[in-house]
Amino acid sequence: MRGDESRLQRYGLRFVALGYLAALLVVPVTIIFFRTFEEGLGPPLEAITSADGQHAFWLTLICVGIAVPLNTIFGVLAALVLVRQRFRGKAVLNTIVDLPFAISPVVIGLALLLVYGRNGWVGQDLLDAGIQVIFSTPGMVLATVFVSLPFVVRETMPVLQEIGNEQEQAASTLGASAWQTFWRVTLPAIRWGVAYGVVLATARALGEYGAVSVVAGRISGQTETLPLFVENEFTNFNLAGAYAAAIVLALLALVVLFGMNLLKRREART
Amino acid sequence: MSDGNGIAVEGVEKRFGTFEALKGVSLTVPNGSLTALLGPSGSGKSTLLRVIAGLEQPDAGRVLIAGQEVTGVTPQKRGVGFVFQHYAAFKHMTVERNVGFGLRIRKRPKAEVAAKVEELLGLVHLKGFAHRYPSELSGGQRQRMALARALAVEPEVLLLDEPFGALDATVRKELRTWLRRLHEDVNVTTIFVTHDQEEAMDVAEQIVVMNDGRIEQVGSPRDLYEQPANEFVMGFVGEVNQLGDGLVRPHDIEILLEPDGTTQEGQIERVAHLGFEVRVELVLDDGRRLAVQTTRQDAEERELESGQIVYLRPDRERRFADTA
Repeated sequence: MRGDESRLQRYGLRFVALGYLAALLVVPVTIIFFRTFEEGLGPPLEAITSADGQHAFWLTLICVGIAVPLNTIFGVLAALVLVRQRFRGKAVLNTIVDLPFAISPVVIGLALLLVYGRNGWVGQDLLDAGIQVIFSTPGMVLATVFVSLPFVVRETMPVLQEIGNEQEQAASTLGASAWQTFWRVTLPAIRWGVAYGVVLATARALGEYGAVSVVAGRISGQTETLPLFVENEFTNFNLAGAYAAAIVLALLALVVLFGMNLLKRREART
Repeated sequence: MSDGNGIAVEGVEKRFGTFEALKGVSLTVPNGSLTALLGPSGSGKSTLLRVIAGLEQPDAGRVLIAGQEVTGVTPQKRGVGFVFQHYAAFKHMTVERNVGFGLRIRKRPKAEVAAKVEELLGLVHLKGFAHRYPSELSGGQRQRMALARALAVEPEVLLLDEPFGALDATVRKELRTWLRRLHEDVNVTTIFVTHDQEEAMDVAEQIVVMNDGRIEQVGSPRDLYEQPANEFVMGFVGEVNQLGDGLVRPHDIEILLEPDGTTQEGQIERVAHLGFEVRVELVLDDGRRLAVQTTRQDAEERELESGQIVYLRPDRERRFADTA
């Protein structure tokens, strides 16, 4: 009797967990796949190979390609400072790092407008110097950096805390400089935390809509990233194009996740 | 140091916030010796070791290694080997890579590194383990690996912070003997920290007893036991009883069956047979308890048993004027 009960419980739990995932995540994504190819390969292919579609694809990669490496370097540095050092205002810095989680992306976009826009704090000076931030790529990169900032810091900090600093001290007594210690001891020890942070930051950066849309001005073929392109196609009743671009976006994210799993498996084997 | 070798610490003070970990410590450790820093937790022994290694900067005082002042020098440039209580193994490196770490940092040729690593793995009995990861080793093996790693760079001094503290009792005893032998082979000036007086007595040539941020006494194991400088040292390096207003070791009390004017009366509470020795626990007429150690033969001849009234005569009792 007890065995039956516990089996019932186990299946019940599994049903709830899987059902939740299926209803809320898997079903909508699958339907998008079906709708995309409803009228064959032609229309979606045409949409994503159009000049605007291509441009959106590359612009997205540029934003991610700048924002994620920047936030990786900053994230590891900030985590080291927050975990290993004691200073005044540490709690404040720790809170500020979470700001992008707390603030709505649209508000982030507006804040960037207030600083870099034509009537903004430094916007006119930058324009005079020939640098256009708002309604152009730099602004979109800034927005992407902003929204994807906390991930690497937050994923790295607990790992740093867990490994402690004895390995680093051991390395220094063995003659390693601070630089050598970081590359040979600290970084290898925290690499999975960093990698996970990078994956999350990449996924977030790829999909960012709100903040980027405010600063982009949405000029097709110029300041349109993939998420903006999807929305644009959708509002213009080009559903095939919207679905196709959505799938490209989803595939990019899947490649990143898959890449990390592959790395992890190789790590486990050694 | 007169001969410019070994380690010298002069007037070192170290504070953590409001806590004074070291209150003016001076010490010389002869070249090639094996010294124990012994004391209860919080006595400052680990802090002193870390100051010698350069892992902590003293607030005042100097540290000299081999006659050179190293007070402001980073651990990187100090030429010390340091072994941590929890091994501090590089978890992502194999045993071989761990041991060769210091040599690779120094950009020694590959062949030289490989030869040195092999030699050291032989020395610490880890020959077959070169390609294992630390997670695949036992605690004792990890600590031997850490020791080989510290020795690889041929340090001026070897510092061990409670090296056996995280190991179980059997492995502990084994490693103690092994450390002593290793020191005879390698003969590098060695300091190890311990709170276990038996471990200090067993391994060290010289023991430094610390308490409350100060050094209480420095001496050979025998000196400390036979001529403790004060009540703290006497109590810390062995068991003591208070008898009258003096202190006396359990084996320095004679049990008599008749009073003789100089003796104190006591009642036996328990007779515990510990193999060769017998431990007799007594209550004095003033309610104080004490323990006497004697041989099995002696206890049997006098037929000591619980409840019996006996008379005690301290053999070598001590009085310390400066202690409470």
